[in-house]
Amino acid sequence: MSPPVAKSAKSEVSFIVNGEATNVLAYPMERLLDVLRNHLGLTGAKEGCGEGECGSCSVLLDGMLVNSCLIPVAQADGASIVTIEGMSAHAMMKPLQEAFLECGGAQCGICTPGMILAAVHLLEKKPAPALADIREGLAGNLCRCTGYMQIFEAVSRATRPRVAQ
Amino acid sequence: MTARHIVGASAPRKEGWDKVTGAARYVDDMALPGMLYGATVRSTIARGKIKKITFGRGVDWNEYVVVSAKDIPGKNCIALILDDQPCLASDSVNHPEEPILLLAHADRHKLRKAVDAVAIEYEPLSPVHTIEESEGKSTIIWGTDNTFKSFLVQKGDVDAVWREAAHIVEGEYFTGAQEQLYIENNGVIAAYDAEHGVTVWGSLQCPYYVHKALMTLFALPEEKVRVVQMETGGAFGGKEEYPSMIAGHAALLAMKSGRPVKIIYDRMEDMVATTKRHPSRTRHRTAVSKDGKILGGEIAFTIDGGAYATLSSVVLSRGTIHAGGPYYWPNVRIRTKAVATNTPPHGAFRGFGAPQSLFAMERHMDRIAQVVGISPVEVRRRNFLKPGQTTTTEQTIRENIDLNHLLARALELSGYAAKKKRFAEENRTATRKKGIGIAVFLHGAGFTGSGERYLNSLVGVEATADGNVRVLVSSAEFGQGTNTVLCQIAAEALQLPYESVSIAQPDTTVVPNSGPTVASRTAMIVGKLVQSAAQGIRQTLVKTKLLSDNYSPEQFSAACKRYIAAHGALKSLARYEAPADVFWDDEKYRGEAYAAFAWAVYVAEVTVDFTTYSVTVDDFVALQEVGKVMNPVLATGQITGGVAQAIGFALYERVVWQNGRMLNNQMTNYIMPTSVDLPPIRVFFEELGNVHGAHGAKGIGELPMDGPAPAIVNAVEDATGVRFCSIPLLPEDLLEALRPESLERDVFPVARGSA
Repeated sequence: MSPPVAKSAKSEVSFIVNGEATNVLAYPMERLLDVLRNHLGLTGAKEGCGEGECGSCSVLLDGMLVNSCLIPVAQADGASIVTIEGMSAHAMMKPLQEAFLECGGAQCGICTPGMILAAVHLLEKKPAPALADIREGLAGNLCRCTGYMQIFEAVSRATRPRVAQ
Repeated sequence: MTARHIVGASAPRKEGWDKVTGAARYVDDMALPGMLYGATVRSTIARGKIKKITFGRGVDWNEYVVVSAKDIPGKNCIALILDDQPCLASDSVNHPEEPILLLAHADRHKLRKAVDAVAIEYEPLSPVHTIEESEGKSTIIWGTDNTFKSFLVQKGDVDAVWREAAHIVEGEYFTGAQEQLYIENNGVIAAYDAEHGVTVWGSLQCPYYVHKALMTLFALPEEKVRVVQMETGGAFGGKEEYPSMIAGHAALLAMKSGRPVKIIYDRMEDMVATTKRHPSRTRHRTAVSKDGKILGGEIAFTIDGGAYATLSSVVLSRGTIHAGGPYYWPNVRIRTKAVATNTPPHGAFRGFGAPQSLFAMERHMDRIAQVVGISPVEVRRRNFLKPGQTTTTEQTIRENIDLNHLLARALELSGYAAKKKRFAEENRTATRKKGIGIAVFLHGAGFTGSGERYLNSLVGVEATADGNVRVLVSSAEFGQGTNTVLCQIAAEALQLPYESVSIAQPDTTVVPNSGPTVASRTAMIVGKLVQSAAQGIRQTLVKTKLLSDNYSPEQFSAACKRYIAAHGALKSLARYEAPADVFWDDEKYRGEAYAAFAWAVYVAEVTVDFTTYSVTVDDFVALQEVGKVMNPVLATGQITGGVAQAIGFALYERVVWQNGRMLNNQMTNYIMPTSVDLPPIRVFFEELGNVHGAHGAKGIGELPMDGPAPAIVNAVEDATGVRFCSIPLLPEDLLEALRPESLERDVFPVARGSA
């Protein structure tokens, strides 16, 4: 549900996206989600509900986990934004991705980018989360396929050191 | 991973890496040069005649492409079974949100205002909104009697059983509509040109359903319609029939504008306008002996199909065949019908009629137990179907199934006996009362009756120029694991590493019609065909002396390359052949309804809080026999996901209707389970050595939708003593029933059976 864009003129917004200084010309009330997807081609963030319920548009904004469908791009001016595409260098990324694959944490995949960002955000705050912490940390990200159990398992496994095989 | 053991191993999801890196391409991630965006103008009333359409002021209509029913080159219908649903309403509307006009513009933001600026005047007609109004027939809204389809199943002599019955147990059960709530909304992109015809890229389950619908809508031959399935963000049946509608809309706009057109629904439009699970009403009247054996009974099962026939007849069929549950009925009469109401058509949703009629059956078994005075466990034990006995449609059970064994194991895994006793003691003084409930059920795999014969599925496997193997099917991946499991089967059949096998993106110009991706048929039916098509590749190579019987993957690859160098291509096709022992009589609704059933026993443990009236599921044991488990991680994921969705069906998800329109069409007020709402879902498999599908696999995807709701409501009754017969069961329903003043007056007499 995209809110009507105000009649105001487009203006330049400057922010850092995935480590790179970026300028876009956008309506101030355009959703950050649309700017990322349509202006910058970063389609890893998905629109599920357009009202901040499902979390599939999750990105990190100055280290906070936010629903990019609720952020007018003007609000992101000067901020540092990290999307799933910019996460490859993050230390937790590979273990999480591998654990999601091994444990069945991704089925249809549409919630997965947001879910993985939520997991990264959780693990940054709590490197060894208990099950209750994982449940709480992912509660803003809806998954209709998995029933969450294998996602919990994946997040938990990603925090454990790998045994060489 | 060695090829020899690939079936049965948890091979990683084929498209998994793309999904966990965000690289997977869904339809909204795709854009074409010059693309326009499309939007739909929909009816605001439930039923009436369209009198006048006015394009309002304040919009420069020259900027917009406008499509009405008059622009349809072929037949104005969504071709499926009865072809009664128009693609665009022309003179009358039969449900709220029925599509009437289509608009397209290059700027998405300019569509909303234009849609709002179209004014449609109607001559309203009186609508029908409930099963009761529809069957009352005072207003006829469809055909001659408001009935899309009815079935009658008769076995033995029901009329004779009432005399011998020690007890006659009656019950009436209801289930509500449920939204599939895939996280990716419906969406497509369409392109058109006179030379190539129509191309559609979309989020969908059944490429050839869309293909057929577009051929009819555009009056085009099959080679001028191309349908490509993009990565699909969940479906659950919700992208079985509806994609034909939205694909038709985008394609009509593309034809008129000469430019590609994208239509992506937002959540509110998706929820208000597209299909949901059929609401149902089931009535049971059962003759029972004094020791709790079912002597016979009557079951009347009715579903609300909405305004058009769509898939209701098939949903009804599955609900009908599952209505008797996994029990032996010496005599039974099952009368079922799908009726019309002025709501958007209800449609396919995981379970497809079975969750509705099985909810009734499994609640009713607990009722029979109470009346007879035996336990819920014992009443089931005394009535289980056994090998050699026949189902309600007189299908002889030839599978090696032992429901007593499954039940005993599930009771042990859940600690049932001890908990049942402890809860009964503790509940006397607690304000948070606990209960435990069971459900035993079955789910037929594949199309019902003669369905697979009509589908006549075709599957291909080809060798590629680089010496690898590629599977060619129209069976779509939307999370359930199609890609992975079919590649595992091909790898095993050819004794190749899993990594050497890939699967083609479903594209009707590339893959043959392996049938729709529905009915828990992919692993069992399509899997078997993939196995034989793969074997065909090896046979060809052996026959042409390029390969010996014992070969290494490298030798296989080299042989493929040599064959392709000499002959251009190496492809093997396999077509469905009905098993010799599967016979079905469509007239009498009798015979082998399914080639195989999956069987399950689920146990739910709940807490009912008498202060907040909320129900929490504390523990959930899901034990099933689905034949060979092809990929344990994926199979477990199917069960946990299905159980979660069914917990929503039972306790959270209520569609609020007003004049046939969904009022709570948002994720903020239609509530699905989150990560903090669900119990541990403990999944267990039994493999009892069945043989039908590839490696003995049966269907799995829909099964877990059937059992949780009755198991949970049985547990709620165990906790509260109140006989709830309707889902969803929300706190407001519990409040209504458990308020102290109403307890004495209304509820306890009912619970005691003395009302």
